[in-house]
Amino acid sequence: MPEYNEFLAHIFDILKPYAKRGLILNENSELVTELGLTSLQVMELIEQIEDHFDICIPLNILPDIRTVRDLAVKLETITA
Amino acid sequence: MSLFEKFQPIVDIRAELEAVGVMPFGAVTEKILSPTEAIVNGRKVILAGTNNYLGLTFDPECIAAAKQAIDELGTGTTGSRMANGTFIDHVRLEQELAQFFDRGHAIVFSTGYAATMGMGSTLAGPGDVIVLDADSHASIYDGVRLGGADIVRFRHNDVADLEKRLRRLGERVENTLIIVEGMYSMLGDQAPLADIAEVKQRYGGMLLVDEAHSLGMLGKHGRGVAEAAGVEDAVDFVVGTFSKSLGATGGYCVSNHAELEAVRFAIRSYIFTASPSPSVVASTRVALRLMQERPELRDRLWENAHRLYAGLKQLGFKVSPEVSPVVAVTIEDRDQSIAWWARLLQAGAYVNLVMPPASPGDYSLLRCSVSAAHSSVQIDSILDAFASLGNTE
Repeated sequence: MPEYNEFLAHIFDILKPYAKRGLILNENSELVTELGLTSLQVMELIEQIEDHFDICIPLNILPDIRTVRDLAVKLETITA
Repeated sequence: MSLFEKFQPIVDIRAELEAVGVMPFGAVTEKILSPTEAIVNGRKVILAGTNNYLGLTFDPECIAAAKQAIDELGTGTTGSRMANGTFIDHVRLEQELAQFFDRGHAIVFSTGYAATMGMGSTLAGPGDVIVLDADSHASIYDGVRLGGADIVRFRHNDVADLEKRLRRLGERVENTLIIVEGMYSMLGDQAPLADIAEVKQRYGGMLLVDEAHSLGMLGKHGRGVAEAAGVEDAVDFVVGTFSKSLGATGGYCVSNHAELEAVRFAIRSYIFTASPSPSVVASTRVALRLMQERPELRDRLWENAHRLYAGLKQLGFKVSPEVSPVVAVTIEDRDQSIAWWARLLQAGAYVNLVMPPASPGDYSLLRCSVSAAHSSVQIDSILDAFASLGNTE
Protein backbone atom coordinates (compact mmCIF):
# COMPACT_ATOMS: atom_id res chain seq x y z
CA MET A 1 0.00 0.00 0.00
CA PRO A 2 1.21 3.56 -0.71
CA GLU A 3 2.83 5.52 2.06
CA TYR A 4 2.41 9.01 3.42
CA ASN A 5 4.87 10.64 1.03
CA GLU A 6 3.27 9.10 -2.04
CA PHE A 7 -0.13 10.37 -0.97
CA LEU A 8 1.35 13.77 -0.19
CA ALA A 9 3.01 14.06 -3.59
CA HIS A 10 -0.18 13.17 -5.40
CA ILE A 11 -2.30 15.56 -3.33
CA PHE A 12 0.16 18.37 -4.13
CA ASP A 13 -0.14 17.45 -7.81
CA ILE A 14 -3.91 17.76 -7.79
CA LEU A 15 -3.92 20.92 -5.71
CA LYS A 16 -1.40 22.85 -7.83
CA PRO A 17 -4.10 24.86 -9.66
CA TYR A 18 -5.43 26.08 -6.29
CA ALA A 19 -2.13 27.54 -5.12
CA LYS A 20 -2.78 31.00 -6.49
CA ARG A 21 -1.63 34.41 -5.34
CA GLY A 22 1.86 33.28 -4.44
CA LEU A 23 0.62 30.67 -1.99
CA ILE A 24 3.13 27.91 -1.44
CA LEU A 25 1.56 24.50 -1.06
CA ASN A 26 2.78 22.67 2.00
CA GLU A 27 1.58 20.09 4.48
CA ASN A 28 -0.10 22.76 6.58
CA SER A 29 -2.13 24.20 3.70
CA GLU A 30 -5.78 24.22 4.64
CA LEU A 31 -8.03 22.85 1.92
CA VAL A 32 -11.12 24.97 2.46
CA THR A 33 -10.11 28.06 4.40
CA GLU A 34 -6.75 28.65 2.68
CA LEU A 35 -6.95 27.08 -0.77
CA GLY A 36 -10.65 27.88 -1.11
CA LEU A 37 -11.91 24.47 -2.18
CA THR A 38 -15.71 24.15 -2.25
CA SER A 39 -17.32 21.03 -0.87
CA LEU A 40 -17.81 19.82 -4.42
CA GLN A 41 -14.11 20.35 -5.18
CA VAL A 42 -13.18 18.43 -2.04
CA MET A 43 -15.30 15.53 -3.34
CA GLU A 44 -13.52 15.76 -6.70
CA LEU A 45 -10.15 15.74 -4.97
CA ILE A 46 -11.14 12.59 -3.06
CA GLU A 47 -12.38 10.96 -6.26
CA GLN A 48 -9.13 11.68 -8.10
CA ILE A 49 -7.10 10.17 -5.27
CA GLU A 50 -9.38 7.10 -5.27
CA ASP A 51 -8.90 6.59 -8.99
CA HIS A 52 -5.16 7.18 -8.93
CA PHE A 53 -4.44 4.68 -6.15
CA ASP A 54 -7.47 2.47 -6.90
CA ILE A 55 -8.63 2.71 -3.30
CA CYS A 56 -11.89 3.34 -1.50
CA ILE A 57 -12.13 6.48 0.65
CA PRO A 58 -15.24 6.65 2.83
CA LEU A 59 -16.88 10.06 3.24
CA ASN A 60 -16.69 9.65 7.00
CA ILE A 61 -13.09 10.88 7.03
CA LEU A 62 -13.99 14.34 5.74
CA PRO A 63 -15.00 16.08 8.99
CA ASP A 64 -11.52 15.39 10.40
CA ILE A 65 -9.65 16.73 7.39
CA ARG A 66 -8.49 20.33 7.51
CA THR A 67 -5.00 20.33 6.07
CA VAL A 68 -3.11 18.46 3.38
CA ARG A 69 -1.27 16.63 6.15
CA ASP A 70 -4.55 15.53 7.79
CA LEU A 71 -5.61 14.01 4.50
CA ALA A 72 -2.35 12.21 3.77
CA VAL A 73 -2.18 10.82 7.31
CA LYS A 74 -5.77 9.60 7.07
CA LEU A 75 -5.17 7.98 3.70
CA GLU A 76 -2.18 6.10 5.06
CA THR A 77 -4.27 4.88 7.99
CA ILE A 78 -7.27 3.69 6.02
CA THR A 79 -5.18 1.88 3.42
CA ALA A 80 -2.80 0.29 5.92
CA MET B 1 -25.69 34.83 18.97
CA SER B 2 -22.95 32.29 18.17
CA LEU B 3 -25.31 29.32 17.92
CA PHE B 4 -27.31 31.19 15.33
CA GLU B 5 -24.37 32.38 13.22
CA LYS B 6 -24.39 29.31 11.00
CA PHE B 7 -27.97 30.06 9.95
CA GLN B 8 -26.97 33.39 8.43
CA PRO B 9 -27.14 32.08 4.83
CA ILE B 10 -30.78 31.10 5.45
CA VAL B 11 -31.52 34.47 7.01
CA ASP B 12 -30.03 36.15 3.94
CA ILE B 13 -32.09 34.11 1.47
CA ARG B 14 -35.27 34.77 3.44
CA ALA B 15 -34.58 38.50 3.43
CA GLU B 16 -33.88 38.38 -0.28
CA LEU B 17 -37.16 36.58 -0.98
CA GLU B 18 -39.07 38.93 1.27
CA ALA B 19 -37.62 41.88 -0.61
CA VAL B 20 -39.08 40.58 -3.86
CA GLY B 21 -42.30 39.66 -2.05
CA VAL B 22 -42.11 35.92 -2.62
CA MET B 23 -42.02 33.10 -0.07
CA PRO B 24 -41.91 29.80 -1.94
CA PHE B 25 -40.82 27.73 1.06
CA GLY B 26 -43.80 27.19 3.27
CA ALA B 27 -46.45 28.73 1.03
CA VAL B 28 -49.67 28.52 3.02
CA THR B 29 -52.54 26.42 1.75
CA GLU B 30 -55.50 28.25 3.23
CA LYS B 31 -58.15 25.94 1.91
CA ILE B 32 -57.87 22.64 0.11
CA LEU B 33 -60.67 22.23 -2.41
CA SER B 34 -59.87 18.83 -3.91
CA PRO B 35 -56.80 16.65 -4.54
CA THR B 36 -55.86 19.08 -7.32
CA GLU B 37 -57.12 22.51 -6.24
CA ALA B 38 -56.54 24.80 -3.30
CA ILE B 39 -56.37 28.37 -2.12
CA VAL B 40 -52.65 29.09 -1.70
CA ASN B 41 -51.41 32.48 -0.52
CA GLY B 42 -54.89 33.85 -1.19
CA ARG B 43 -55.17 32.56 -4.75
CA LYS B 44 -57.13 29.67 -6.19
CA VAL B 45 -54.57 27.44 -7.88
CA ILE B 46 -54.19 24.05 -9.51
CA LEU B 47 -51.89 21.93 -7.39
CA ALA B 48 -49.05 20.66 -9.53
CA GLY B 49 -46.53 19.86 -6.84
CA THR B 50 -48.07 17.59 -4.23
CA ASN B 51 -46.85 13.97 -4.77
CA ASN B 52 -50.54 13.03 -4.58
CA TYR B 53 -49.91 10.69 -7.50
CA LEU B 54 -53.11 8.64 -7.40
CA GLY B 55 -55.24 11.50 -6.06
CA LEU B 56 -56.63 9.38 -3.21
CA THR B 57 -56.57 12.03 -0.46
CA PHE B 58 -60.30 12.74 -0.84
CA ASP B 59 -61.43 9.26 -1.80
CA PRO B 60 -64.77 8.64 -0.02
CA GLU B 61 -63.80 5.10 1.03
CA CYS B 62 -60.49 6.26 2.52
CA ILE B 63 -62.22 9.10 4.36
CA ALA B 64 -64.98 6.82 5.69
CA ALA B 65 -62.41 4.32 6.99
CA ALA B 66 -60.41 7.07 8.67
CA LYS B 67 -63.53 8.51 10.33
CA GLN B 68 -64.64 5.12 11.56
CA ALA B 69 -61.18 4.44 12.98
CA ILE B 70 -61.30 7.70 14.93
CA ASP B 71 -64.73 6.81 16.31
CA GLU B 72 -63.71 3.32 17.32
CA LEU B 73 -60.02 3.66 18.22
CA GLY B 74 -59.54 7.32 19.10
CA THR B 75 -57.30 10.02 17.69
CA GLY B 76 -53.90 8.54 18.54
CA THR B 77 -52.13 5.48 19.91
CA THR B 78 -50.06 7.56 22.35
CA GLY B 79 -47.29 5.02 22.36
CA SER B 80 -44.46 3.13 20.69
CA ARG B 81 -44.98 0.01 18.63
CA MET B 82 -42.82 -1.71 21.26
CA ALA B 83 -45.09 -0.69 24.11
CA ASN B 84 -48.79 0.12 23.89
CA GLY B 85 -48.77 1.36 20.29
CA THR B 86 -49.26 -1.86 18.33
CA PHE B 87 -52.95 -2.10 17.50
CA ILE B 88 -54.35 -5.01 15.51
CA ASP B 89 -54.66 -2.75 12.45
CA HIS B 90 -50.91 -2.00 12.43
CA VAL B 91 -50.36 -5.74 12.24
CA ARG B 92 -52.97 -6.09 9.50
CA LEU B 93 -51.40 -3.30 7.47
CA GLU B 94 -48.02 -5.03 7.76
CA GLN B 95 -49.57 -8.30 6.55
CA GLU B 96 -51.26 -6.55 3.65
CA LEU B 97 -48.03 -4.81 2.63
CA ALA B 98 -46.12 -8.11 2.77
CA GLN B 99 -48.81 -9.68 0.63
CA PHE B 100 -48.84 -6.83 -1.86
CA PHE B 101 -45.07 -6.95 -2.28
CA ASP B 102 -45.09 -10.76 -2.19
CA ARG B 103 -42.49 -10.75 0.55
CA GLY B 104 -42.35 -12.49 3.90
CA HIS B 105 -41.99 -9.54 6.22
CA ALA B 106 -43.04 -5.93 6.62
CA ILE B 107 -42.51 -3.14 9.14
CA VAL B 108 -44.74 -0.08 9.33
CA PHE B 109 -43.17 3.23 10.43
CA SER B 110 -44.74 6.52 11.50
CA THR B 111 -43.27 8.44 8.55
CA GLY B 112 -41.42 7.68 5.35
CA TYR B 113 -38.46 9.60 6.74
CA ALA B 114 -38.41 7.30 9.79
CA ALA B 115 -38.48 4.27 7.48
CA THR B 116 -35.53 5.18 5.24
CA MET B 117 -33.59 6.87 8.01
CA GLY B 118 -34.23 3.93 10.37
CA MET B 119 -33.27 1.20 7.92
CA GLY B 120 -30.18 3.09 6.74
CA SER B 121 -28.96 3.70 10.27
CA THR B 122 -29.68 0.22 11.60
CA LEU B 123 -28.77 -2.31 8.89
CA ALA B 124 -25.16 -1.12 8.56
CA GLY B 125 -23.14 -0.05 11.60
CA PRO B 126 -19.52 0.62 12.51
CA GLY B 127 -17.21 -1.61 10.45
CA ASP B 128 -19.85 -2.12 7.75
CA VAL B 129 -20.03 -0.22 4.47
CA ILE B 130 -22.81 1.76 2.81
CA VAL B 131 -22.49 2.38 -0.92
CA LEU B 132 -25.13 4.87 -1.98
CA ASP B 133 -26.18 6.84 -5.06
CA ALA B 134 -24.87 10.40 -4.76
CA ASP B 135 -28.34 11.88 -5.38
CA SER B 136 -29.97 9.94 -2.55
CA HIS B 137 -32.70 11.62 -0.48
CA ALA B 138 -31.80 13.47 2.73
CA SER B 139 -33.46 10.76 4.84
CA ILE B 140 -30.99 8.22 3.45
CA TYR B 141 -27.97 10.45 4.10
CA ASP B 142 -29.19 11.24 7.61
CA GLY B 143 -29.68 7.56 8.38
CA VAL B 144 -26.34 6.31 7.14
CA ARG B 145 -24.50 9.07 9.00
CA LEU B 146 -26.19 8.05 12.23
CA GLY B 147 -25.38 4.39 11.71
CA GLY B 148 -21.62 4.86 11.73
CA ALA B 149 -20.82 2.63 8.74
CA ASP B 150 -18.20 3.73 6.22
CA ILE B 151 -20.05 5.74 3.57
CA VAL B 152 -19.06 5.53 -0.09
CA ARG B 153 -20.91 7.40 -2.82
CA PHE B 154 -21.16 6.48 -6.46
CA ARG B 155 -22.09 8.88 -9.26
CA HIS B 156 -25.83 9.19 -9.80
CA ASN B 157 -27.18 6.21 -11.80
CA ASP B 158 -23.65 5.32 -12.92
CA VAL B 159 -23.41 1.52 -12.68
CA ALA B 160 -19.78 1.43 -13.84
CA ASP B 161 -18.87 3.74 -10.96
CA LEU B 162 -20.85 1.54 -8.54
CA GLU B 163 -19.01 -1.51 -9.80
CA LYS B 164 -15.64 0.19 -9.41
CA ARG B 165 -16.44 1.00 -5.81
CA LEU B 166 -17.67 -2.50 -4.99
CA ARG B 167 -14.53 -3.97 -6.53
CA ARG B 168 -12.29 -1.71 -4.46
CA LEU B 169 -14.02 -2.88 -1.29
CA GLY B 170 -12.64 -6.40 -1.75
CA GLU B 171 -13.82 -8.72 0.99
CA ARG B 172 -15.63 -5.90 2.75
CA VAL B 173 -18.38 -6.14 0.15
CA GLU B 174 -19.86 -8.96 2.24
CA ASN B 175 -20.72 -6.37 4.89
CA THR B 176 -21.97 -3.82 2.41
CA LEU B 177 -25.41 -2.33 1.94
CA ILE B 178 -26.08 -0.71 -1.43
CA ILE B 179 -28.77 1.99 -1.31
CA VAL B 180 -30.53 3.45 -4.34
CA GLU B 181 -33.92 4.94 -5.09
CA GLY B 182 -36.30 3.47 -7.65
CA MET B 183 -37.41 6.83 -8.97
CA TYR B 184 -35.58 9.97 -7.90
CA SER B 185 -37.79 12.63 -6.39
CA MET B 186 -36.33 15.73 -7.98
CA LEU B 187 -36.12 14.81 -11.68
CA GLY B 188 -38.29 11.69 -11.75
CA ASP B 189 -35.51 9.69 -13.39
CA GLN B 190 -35.33 5.97 -12.69
CA ALA B 191 -32.41 3.91 -11.42
CA PRO B 192 -30.99 1.36 -13.90
CA LEU B 193 -32.04 -1.36 -11.48
CA ALA B 194 -31.49 -4.33 -13.80
CA ASP B 195 -27.81 -3.38 -14.14
CA ILE B 196 -27.46 -2.47 -10.48
CA ALA B 197 -28.98 -5.83 -9.49
CA GLU B 198 -26.60 -7.64 -11.83
CA VAL B 199 -23.55 -5.95 -10.31
CA LYS B 200 -24.85 -6.63 -6.81
CA GLN B 201 -25.38 -10.32 -7.58
CA ARG B 202 -21.86 -10.55 -8.98
CA TYR B 203 -20.03 -8.78 -6.16
CA GLY B 204 -22.25 -9.54 -3.16
CA GLY B 205 -23.62 -7.34 -0.43
CA MET B 206 -27.23 -6.41 0.09
CA LEU B 207 -29.45 -4.01 -1.85
CA LEU B 208 -32.03 -1.61 -0.45
CA VAL B 209 -34.30 0.29 -2.84
CA ASP B 210 -36.36 3.31 -1.83
CA GLU B 211 -39.54 3.15 -3.92
CA ALA B 212 -41.18 6.20 -2.31
CA HIS B 213 -41.97 7.83 -5.65
CA SER B 214 -42.73 4.71 -7.70
CA LEU B 215 -45.33 2.86 -5.61
CA GLY B 216 -48.50 2.26 -7.61
CA MET B 217 -46.87 3.63 -10.72
CA LEU B 218 -44.60 0.99 -12.21
CA GLY B 219 -44.45 -2.79 -12.51
CA LYS B 220 -47.26 -5.24 -13.19
CA HIS B 221 -48.68 -4.94 -9.68
CA GLY B 222 -47.48 -1.40 -9.06
CA ARG B 223 -44.67 -2.42 -6.71
CA GLY B 224 -42.26 0.00 -8.36
CA VAL B 225 -39.11 0.12 -10.43
CA ALA B 226 -37.72 -3.20 -9.11
CA GLU B 227 -40.82 -5.02 -10.31
CA ALA B 228 -40.80 -3.19 -13.65
CA ALA B 229 -37.15 -4.18 -14.13
CA GLY B 230 -37.89 -7.79 -13.16
CA VAL B 231 -35.24 -7.84 -10.43
CA GLU B 232 -37.24 -8.04 -7.22
CA ASP B 233 -35.35 -11.19 -6.17
CA ALA B 234 -32.08 -9.25 -6.13
CA VAL B 235 -33.56 -6.51 -3.93
CA ASP B 236 -33.18 -7.37 -0.25
CA PHE B 237 -35.19 -4.50 1.18
CA VAL B 238 -37.79 -2.16 -0.26
CA VAL B 239 -38.65 0.97 1.69
CA GLY B 240 -41.30 3.53 0.91
CA THR B 241 -43.95 5.87 2.15
CA PHE B 242 -47.71 6.17 2.56
CA SER B 243 -47.53 9.92 1.99
CA LYS B 244 -47.53 9.96 -1.79
CA SER B 245 -49.54 7.40 -3.79
CA LEU B 246 -51.47 6.32 -0.68
CA GLY B 247 -52.38 9.83 0.43
CA ALA B 248 -51.61 9.59 4.16
CA THR B 249 -48.39 9.60 6.19
CA GLY B 250 -46.15 6.77 7.33
CA GLY B 251 -43.57 4.44 5.85
CA TYR B 252 -42.68 0.81 5.43
CA CYS B 253 -39.92 -1.67 4.82
CA VAL B 254 -40.59 -5.09 3.26
CA SER B 255 -38.16 -7.96 2.86
CA ASN B 256 -37.91 -11.70 2.45
CA HIS B 257 -35.20 -11.89 5.09
CA ALA B 258 -36.69 -13.39 8.26
CA GLU B 259 -34.08 -11.38 10.19
CA LEU B 260 -36.20 -8.28 9.56
CA GLU B 261 -38.29 -9.32 12.58
CA ALA B 262 -35.20 -9.00 14.78
CA VAL B 263 -33.97 -5.84 13.06
CA ARG B 264 -37.35 -4.26 13.92
CA PHE B 265 -36.40 -4.16 17.59
CA ALA B 266 -33.14 -2.36 16.88
CA ILE B 267 -34.53 0.48 14.77
CA ARG B 268 -34.59 3.56 16.95
CA SER B 269 -36.87 5.55 14.63
CA TYR B 270 -39.37 2.71 15.02
CA ILE B 271 -39.05 2.31 18.77
CA PHE B 272 -38.68 5.83 20.12
CA THR B 273 -41.68 7.41 18.46
CA ALA B 274 -45.43 6.94 18.66
CA SER B 275 -46.98 4.52 16.18
CA PRO B 276 -49.15 5.85 13.33
CA SER B 277 -52.60 7.10 14.37
CA PRO B 278 -55.56 4.74 13.82
CA SER B 279 -57.12 6.99 11.17
CA VAL B 280 -53.86 7.05 9.20
CA VAL B 281 -53.55 3.28 9.31
CA ALA B 282 -57.20 2.88 8.30
CA SER B 283 -57.07 5.17 5.26
CA THR B 284 -53.73 3.70 4.20
CA ARG B 285 -55.13 0.17 4.25
CA VAL B 286 -58.04 1.22 2.05
CA ALA B 287 -55.78 3.20 -0.29
CA LEU B 288 -53.48 0.18 -0.67
CA ARG B 289 -56.51 -1.91 -1.68
CA LEU B 290 -57.90 0.75 -4.04
CA MET B 291 -54.53 1.14 -5.71
CA GLN B 292 -54.73 -2.54 -6.64
CA GLU B 293 -58.41 -2.50 -7.57
CA ARG B 294 -58.20 0.57 -9.80
CA PRO B 295 -55.46 0.21 -12.41
CA GLU B 296 -57.18 3.03 -14.28
CA LEU B 297 -55.73 5.49 -11.74
CA ARG B 298 -52.29 4.57 -12.87
CA ASP B 299 -53.26 4.92 -16.53
CA ARG B 300 -54.64 8.42 -15.86
CA LEU B 301 -51.46 9.34 -14.00
CA TRP B 302 -49.24 8.36 -16.92
CA GLU B 303 -51.51 10.04 -19.46
CA ASN B 304 -51.20 13.25 -17.47
CA ALA B 305 -47.45 12.79 -17.11
CA HIS B 306 -47.04 12.42 -20.87
CA ARG B 307 -49.30 15.41 -21.54
CA LEU B 308 -47.44 17.73 -19.19
CA TYR B 309 -44.00 16.51 -20.25
CA ALA B 310 -44.72 16.86 -23.96
CA GLY B 311 -46.36 20.25 -23.45
CA LEU B 312 -43.48 21.72 -21.46
CA LYS B 313 -40.99 20.38 -23.95
CA GLN B 314 -42.95 21.92 -26.79
CA LEU B 315 -42.95 25.26 -24.99
CA GLY B 316 -39.16 25.06 -25.07
CA PHE B 317 -38.49 24.39 -21.39
CA LYS B 318 -35.57 22.22 -20.34
CA VAL B 319 -37.39 19.23 -18.82
CA SER B 320 -36.18 16.15 -16.93
CA PRO B 321 -34.46 13.35 -18.87
CA GLU B 322 -37.43 10.98 -19.02
CA VAL B 323 -41.23 11.10 -18.85
CA SER B 324 -42.47 10.49 -15.32
CA PRO B 325 -45.15 11.77 -12.95
CA VAL B 326 -42.42 14.11 -11.70
CA VAL B 327 -41.67 16.66 -14.39
CA ALA B 328 -38.96 19.14 -13.46
CA VAL B 329 -38.05 22.24 -15.41
CA THR B 330 -34.40 23.17 -15.04
CA ILE B 331 -33.51 26.85 -14.66
CA GLU B 332 -29.89 27.92 -14.59
CA ASP B 333 -30.48 31.27 -12.93
CA ARG B 334 -31.68 31.14 -9.34
CA ASP B 335 -33.31 34.57 -9.36
CA GLN B 336 -35.25 33.69 -12.47
CA SER B 337 -36.53 30.49 -10.86
CA ILE B 338 -37.82 32.51 -7.90
CA ALA B 339 -39.53 35.05 -10.14
CA TRP B 340 -41.05 32.37 -12.31
CA TRP B 341 -42.33 30.42 -9.31
CA ALA B 342 -44.17 33.53 -8.14
CA ARG B 343 -45.59 34.20 -11.59
CA LEU B 344 -46.80 30.61 -11.93
CA LEU B 345 -48.67 31.01 -8.66
CA GLN B 346 -50.17 34.27 -9.94
CA ALA B 347 -51.18 32.45 -13.09
CA GLY B 348 -52.90 29.75 -11.02
CA ALA B 349 -50.38 26.91 -10.84
CA TYR B 350 -48.64 25.78 -7.67
CA VAL B 351 -45.37 23.94 -8.34
CA ASN B 352 -42.35 23.22 -6.13
CA LEU B 353 -39.36 25.55 -6.25
CA VAL B 354 -36.14 23.67 -5.56
CA MET B 355 -32.84 25.52 -5.22
CA PRO B 356 -29.33 24.23 -4.49
CA PRO B 357 -28.33 22.40 -2.34
CA ALA B 358 -31.69 20.58 -2.42
CA SER B 359 -31.53 20.25 -6.21
CA PRO B 360 -29.02 17.89 -7.80
CA GLY B 361 -26.37 20.13 -9.33
CA ASP B 362 -26.00 23.90 -9.12
CA TYR B 363 -29.17 24.85 -10.95
CA SER B 364 -32.75 25.42 -9.72
CA LEU B 365 -35.87 23.44 -10.52
CA LEU B 366 -39.52 24.21 -10.97
CA ARG B 367 -40.65 20.74 -10.01
CA CYS B 368 -44.13 19.66 -11.06
CA SER B 369 -45.80 16.44 -10.06
CA VAL B 370 -49.00 15.24 -11.69
CA SER B 371 -51.88 13.30 -10.19
CA ALA B 372 -54.35 10.79 -11.55
CA ALA B 373 -56.94 13.28 -10.29
CA HIS B 374 -55.84 16.02 -12.70
CA SER B 375 -58.14 16.47 -15.68
CA SER B 376 -56.66 17.08 -19.12
CA VAL B 377 -58.07 20.60 -18.87
CA GLN B 378 -56.13 21.17 -15.65
CA ILE B 379 -52.92 19.91 -17.22
CA ASP B 380 -53.50 22.35 -20.08
CA SER B 381 -54.04 25.16 -17.55
CA ILE B 382 -50.70 24.33 -15.94
CA LEU B 383 -49.14 24.50 -19.41
CA ASP B 384 -50.86 27.85 -20.04
CA ALA B 385 -49.32 29.17 -16.85
CA PHE B 386 -45.88 28.09 -18.02
CA ALA B 387 -46.52 29.54 -21.46
CA SER B 388 -47.33 32.92 -19.88
CA LEU B 389 -43.79 33.07 -18.45
CA GLY B 390 -42.37 33.75 -21.90
CA ASN B 391 -44.56 36.80 -22.53
CA THR B 392 -43.25 39.53 -20.28
CA GLU B 393 -39.56 38.70 -20.11
